Amino acid sequence: MSLTPDQVRKVAMLARLKLEEPRVDEYARELSGILDMVAALDAANTDDIAPMAHPLDLSARLRADEVTEGDERAAFQNIAPAVEDGVYLVPKVIE
Amino acid sequence: MMHHLSIKQLAQGLANAEFSASELTQHYLARINKYDAQLNTLVSNNDKQAAKAAADVDGSNAERGPLSGIPLIHKDIFCTNGIKTSCGSRMLDNFVPPYDATAVAKLNAAGVVTLGKSNMDEFAMGSSNETSFYGPVKNPWDLSKVPGGSSGGSAAAVAAGLAPAATGTDTGGSIRQPAALCGITGLKPTYGRVSRYGMIAFASSLDQAGCFARSAEDCAPLLQAMAGFDARDSTCVDEPVPDYASALTGDISGIRVGLPSEYFADGLEDGTRAAVDAAIKVLEQRGAQIKEITLPNTNLAVPTYYVLAPAEASSNLARFDGVRYGYRCEDAENLEDLYLRSRGEGFGREVQRRIMVGAYVLSAGYYDAYYLKAQKTRRLIAQDFSAAFADVDIIAGPTTQAPAFNLGDKVNDPVAMYLNDIYTIPANLAGLPGISVPAGFVDGLPVGLQLLAPWFKEGELLNAAHAYQQATDWHTQIPPAFNE
Repeated sequence: MSLTPDQVRKVAMLARLKLEEPRVDEYARELSGILDMVAALDAANTDDIAPMAHPLDLSARLRADEVTEGDERAAFQNIAPAVEDGVYLVPKVIE
Repeated sequence: MMHHLSIKQLAQGLANAEFSASELTQHYLARINKYDAQLNTLVSNNDKQAAKAAADVDGSNAERGPLSGIPLIHKDIFCTNGIKTSCGSRMLDNFVPPYDATAVAKLNAAGVVTLGKSNMDEFAMGSSNETSFYGPVKNPWDLSKVPGGSSGGSAAAVAAGLAPAATGTDTGGSIRQPAALCGITGLKPTYGRVSRYGMIAFASSLDQAGCFARSAEDCAPLLQAMAGFDARDSTCVDEPVPDYASALTGDISGIRVGLPSEYFADGLEDGTRAAVDAAIKVLEQRGAQIKEITLPNTNLAVPTYYVLAPAEASSNLARFDGVRYGYRCEDAENLEDLYLRSRGEGFGREVQRRIMVGAYVLSAGYYDAYYLKAQKTRRLIAQDFSAAFADVDIIAGPTTQAPAFNLGDKVNDPVAMYLNDIYTIPANLAGLPGISVPAGFVDGLPVGLQLLAPWFKEGELLNAAHAYQQATDWHTQIPPAFNE
């Protein structure tokens, strides 16, 4: 399984990663190597084997729909890159 | 020479007023000052708060537990209230959490003194500690070698006597492999035994917190403090926590120890094989029954892991967006540019590789072929262990194929790096507890014996390791350059 540089650009876009263009070929080679190693799974017979999502096969626990955390807004906004009047600032999204 | 004492001996020294918690803390802080420039084990030094915490222990009349006043280093993946938590990444180089991870809070409640935060592979992705934004950690047995990873800073710090204990996390071997390469004891508990709350997520169905110390006996009180149900982690398991100290009888007569033929196959370095064979003889002399077993799907473990772990990582690391906390690029043109460049500049190369592998195997048209297939092969691997544990109580083998390799040797070859974890990954996929204990040296570099136990049998696991350590002294050795 080998990935082309175009496929690497596409997957990087899906993952919202800006790659330095000179690195794209290198990533294509490295990711292809990883997918080649992973291809060993194709040979395994998994007929009638259920997928395993949790190592102990436990399902997600439910809890009562109650507020358990206090208001930590100030503490969280304190560590944000840019805030103003209690909101997080990002570049303009509506012209 | 307090750094030659075990945690148990340190606790006795404190109880008998041979030294105070403040003196103990200053002893270790002085060692960090003296030695860490050579090793690069710490990302953050917590000396002022440590001095205060130690003074609080000294001034308290409360009853002392086995960890009261014991200095400890946290892997920089655990959120610590008011102390920078970088996860080894530029992305979190400016992140000071407003809360403690549950494991940190529980250890604080047990009275530990936090000396600092340890260097690690970026987002715990690596087996050599070379992917850290803060540069590699050096192996204290040979500064030209890697300490292992991803918890390389924690392992190297304990090995060099910069702390008697440290925390770590193990997603594919990140506690056991560096413990082996640094010549100390490293315990990965059962998946769900210790809360993941406040532990920065890499692969959530595999991540598990654990600990490092010189011996299994010293790991027991650490696990005792860390383990237990936490409603804040939906995957934490609500099982009673037994008394681990009382499990350490040292009696292993009659226990059945299985040796998986796949862990002794081609690829195991000769000196490592000889050391592990000798360690198994010790278990046998102490009364264990040795049996050959087979884990036939072992060869599927590394490929299975490198689908599932990157897939989970790509999802977990989607939260780093340059908006709410962490690194933000300069002068973003628009929101998309903000995301793309904050993540492109904030994450290092190995993290980017894994995010891309994960995004690829989860993308439309590939999900069944990769992700679903790997979830099925994961079950095959787990079933191997269920079958094996019907006949044996403990599984034993090498932790790694060979001792520590040279810094720089594998950093540009991801697949060669991944194969380092061939003996440790299966236990993560199955969710089993495992421990690596020092079992000798090859050319001056430590070798690790790995022991695995059935789910939630940490007491039996620690006891088997303790029985071995009662008969050997590999775990008491300190690298000559850091002995004084």
